[in-house]
Amino acid sequence: MSYWSSLLDRGYAQPARMIGIPERHFLPGGAPMHIPDGFLSTPVALLMWVVAIVAVAYALRRANRELDERKVPLFGVLAAAIFAGQMLNFSVTGGTSGHLLGAAIACILVGPWAAVLALACVVGTQALLFQDGGLLALGANIVNMAVIGVSVAYAVNRTVRKLAGDKHWGTLVAGFAAGWTSIVVAALACALELAVSGTSAANVAVPAMGGIHMLIGMGEGLITVGAVALLYAARPDLLGARQREAAGGRGVLVAGLVLAIVLAVLSPLASSHPDGLEWVAEQRGFLDFARESPYRLIPDYVFPGISNEAVATIVAGIVGLLIVFGIATGVAASRRRRGSAQNP
Amino acid sequence: MHSSSLDLYRAGASFWHGLDARIKLTITLAYVLTVSLMPVGAWPAYVLLSAFVLSVAVASELGVWVVLRRALLALPFVLAALPLLVTTPGSVILSVSVGRWSLPFTSAGLERFLSIACKSWLSVQMAVLLTATTPLPDLLIALRSLHLPGLLVATVGLMWRYLFVLVDEAMRMLRAREARSAGGGGASGGSLMWRARVTGSMAGTLFLRGYERSERIYVAMLARGYDGTIRSLPAKPISVRQRWVAALAIGMLLVLLWLGQWMR
Repeated sequence: MSYWSSLLDRGYAQPARMIGIPERHFLPGGAPMHIPDGFLSTPVALLMWVVAIVAVAYALRRANRELDERKVPLFGVLAAAIFAGQMLNFSVTGGTSGHLLGAAIACILVGPWAAVLALACVVGTQALLFQDGGLLALGANIVNMAVIGVSVAYAVNRTVRKLAGDKHWGTLVAGFAAGWTSIVVAALACALELAVSGTSAANVAVPAMGGIHMLIGMGEGLITVGAVALLYAARPDLLGARQREAAGGRGVLVAGLVLAIVLAVLSPLASSHPDGLEWVAEQRGFLDFARESPYRLIPDYVFPGISNEAVATIVAGIVGLLIVFGIATGVAASRRRRGSAQNP
Repeated sequence: MHSSSLDLYRAGASFWHGLDARIKLTITLAYVLTVSLMPVGAWPAYVLLSAFVLSVAVASELGVWVVLRRALLALPFVLAALPLLVTTPGSVILSVSVGRWSLPFTSAGLERFLSIACKSWLSVQMAVLLTATTPLPDLLIALRSLHLPGLLVATVGLMWRYLFVLVDEAMRMLRAREARSAGGGGASGGSLMWRARVTGSMAGTLFLRGYERSERIYVAMLARGYDGTIRSLPAKPISVRQRWVAALAIGMLLVLLWLGQWMR
C-alpha cells in the first residue's frame, strides 16, 4: 500500500492534496480560470448570473426536447467523467503539465446541449463542494467554462470538420482546434470580466491570461486529439452520428463563432485602450474610484481620518473578539452538558 | 489512497451541524453577497465580518485553524489582482525600477489589493463552513427548494454518486501508466506528442467507459421502475427556532453592510 501511495504521490495532484494545501490545486491547469469570490464586482457577478441562468435554462429546454429520459444517467456520469478526467495529466517540461477541462471532448461526444449542462454541473459542484471558484462568481464561471467554452468548441469543431470534408485527419485537427480555442476564448472572457470589475487592469490581465492559456490550451488540444483518435477507432458511431449535428443546429454554430470572434477582437482592443474599458466601468458605476479620490491621501486631510479609522478598527476588533469569545464559551458549556449527559 | 478522501464533509453534532441545510445555504449566500457589496478599505467592517465567520467556525466545532487553512485554497488567484498595486492612481509610496520600467506602488493600489484578498478569504471561509458541515443529499434538497430545475439537481446527485467510481477508475489508469513507465514524475517515456497521445487515449477511454456505464445505469434504473421522473422524499419543515437564527444572522449582516457603507 505504502509503495503504491508513494508512487501515486510523486506524479500528480492527488485528491488528498487539495484538502488544505493551497499550492497543489486539484486543477492546476484550469485553476486560473475558476474565479473566487471577492474578485468580481457585485454588478458584474449578478449580470453573469443572469446570463448563466438564461443560457442553462435554454440548454435544459433543448435537451428536454431532443434527448429522451435516458439523459439523466448520461448527464450525471458524463459530468463525473469530466470531473475525473481533470485528474489526467501529462508532463510537458520541467514541472508544468497539460490538463483537461473537458468542454471540447464532452461537446464532441454528446453534443452541445448535454455538454453545457454537464459542465455547468461540474463547475457548480466544484464551487459548492470544493471551493474551487466562488459562489457569487459561479455565474461568471458557468458562463466562461460551460457556455462560452462549449459553444466555441462546438462551432470550431463543426467548421473545421466541414472544411476538411469529414476526413479522418479533419476529425483530429478539428478536435485540437476545438480544445485549444475553447480554453483561450474562455480565458479571454475571464480576463475581461476581471478588467470590467476593476480587479485587474485590462492591459495586464488580457495578455497574461491569454498568453498562459494559449499554452494550457495546447495541452487541452493534444489530449482532445488523443481522445478523439481513440473514440474514432473504438466507437466511430458516436462521433459520426448525424442526428447529433442536427441537435446542435445553426444557432449554436453562429453563436459560438460570433463569441469567439468578438472576444478575440475585443480583448486586444480593450488591452490597448484600458482607459476605454475603465470609462465604461465608471459610467456604469462599477468602479468606486470617485469615492477614493486622491485628496484623501493628502496628509493634512488624512491624519484625523486615519486615526479615526484606526480607532474604529481597534474597537471593531475588540467587539469581534468578545463575540467570538462568548460563542466559544457557549459551545464549551454545551459540549460539557452533552458529555455529562452521555456518561453520567 | 482511496477517492473517498474527496468528500469534505465532516460529521459532527454541533449547533451549526444541526441547522437545516436550507438555513445554512441562505446564511452563506447572504454572507458572500454582503462581503461582495462591502466597499474597498472598510477595515472595521471587515474585522466584524471576520468575527462573524469565526463565530460560525467556533460554533461548528470543526477547529478554527482547519477552516482558516482550507480557505487559503483560493489564494493563488490573488495573482490576478497583483497588477492593481501599480496600476491604481494615487500617491506613490514605493517606486521600484525594473530595467527600463519603474513600477510605482500606490497606497490606493495597496488598499484595493488587500481588500480584494481579504474579501476573497472571508467568502471562502464561509463556503468551507457550509460544505464541511452539510452532507450532499441535504444540500441537494436545499438547492431544490431554491427552485433549481429538477434535472440539474438530479444530474448533480448522480454525478456525486458516480464521481468516486470514475475517480477510482482514473486513478487505476494513472497507476497502471506509472507502473509501466517505471515511475517518475519527469518527462519519462517518449516524445511530448507521444505522452499527449497516451493521456488522450486515457481520457477517451474514461469518457467511453463513462458513456457505456451510463447506458447500463439507465437499464438498471428502468428495471427499478424509472419513468423519467426522479422522486424524492418531501422536504422536512423548518422549525421556528431555526427561522429565527436565519433572521438574526441576516439582520446582523444588514447592520454590517450599513456600517460598511457609512464608514466610507
